[in-house]
Amino acid sequence: MIELYGQKFSSRLLLGTALYPSPAVMAEAVKASGAEIVTVSLRRETSGGKAGGQFWSLVQSLGVRVLPNTAGCHSVREAVTTAQMAREVFGTNWIKLEVIGNHDTLQPDVFGLVEAARILASEGFEVFPYTTDDLVVAERLLEAGCRLLMPWCAPIGSARGAQNPDALRSLRGHFPNVPLIVDAGIGRPSHAAAVMELGYDAVLLNTAVAKAGDPVAMAAAFGKAIEAGWGAHCAGLLEPRDMAVPSTPVIGMAALS
Amino acid sequence: MKLIVNSKSHDVAAETLAALLTELDFEGGWLATALNGEVVPAKERDRCRLTEGDRIEILSPMQGG
Repeated sequence: MIELYGQKFSSRLLLGTALYPSPAVMAEAVKASGAEIVTVSLRRETSGGKAGGQFWSLVQSLGVRVLPNTAGCHSVREAVTTAQMAREVFGTNWIKLEVIGNHDTLQPDVFGLVEAARILASEGFEVFPYTTDDLVVAERLLEAGCRLLMPWCAPIGSARGAQNPDALRSLRGHFPNVPLIVDAGIGRPSHAAAVMELGYDAVLLNTAVAKAGDPVAMAAAFGKAIEAGWGAHCAGLLEPRDMAVPSTPVIGMAALS
Repeated sequence: MKLIVNSKSHDVAAETLAALLTELDFEGGWLATALNGEVVPAKERDRCRLTEGDRIEILSPMQGG
């Protein structure tokens, strides 16, 4: 079980709801993944449009918890206001806080992120900060009131997997009791398993499932990989060795030469 | 009265935010609103009076990652 802001979940996969071929495929992918938390956003509704309502009804029918995001916000004010509007619509204090600092890399503006996190935490929000793997920023976010961290492992949508495993390992080592969720950059189930083997508590991903040839099958594959990686971490992994070590006992070998 | 709704200019008769939503055919409990960058909760839309040139944002749930 994983505990996030006092809520317990069996699944260690948080799944995005964007970029799927259709709403029906998205719904099937969520079910196949086993995810109990999905991310959603807020966007302008067109006059008379009912698309938002239909989408929200579909998400509610899945029986999962929603994690609204502030995707696309480039300033503290934008992010804080978006979070407040999301709380109104989705009825949750949870917010995936994104304050984007660079258009090309979608790298978080960590200075704005810490400031926005402090404001939102003081207003009773339970903040899921999308951050870099920087240790000092992580400390500042915790001081600001965050009780979990969501470092990227590579840029959003880049499908590269962990670009700096040492930094992820360092965060894990420094914050043994803080839930750590890798958010962004995962491309393959093996990438997800790899970060889970480092001891990460969960993975948040979207594009790797939504843009797969068969999103539903990929969602199931990710669910298994994340479970496998976590299981391996809990079981205790063998560290790499420089020399070969025979696995079959050498004692008791026949003298045949 | 001229207002800016989701970055588009509108000439409306509505004098409150609630009336504006009705006039522009927005409906549903899933909408979020902001006036000049400040959130206006649903229960306050009735008494949220509009003035010329106000900027209004009307948002609704959307797919997200």
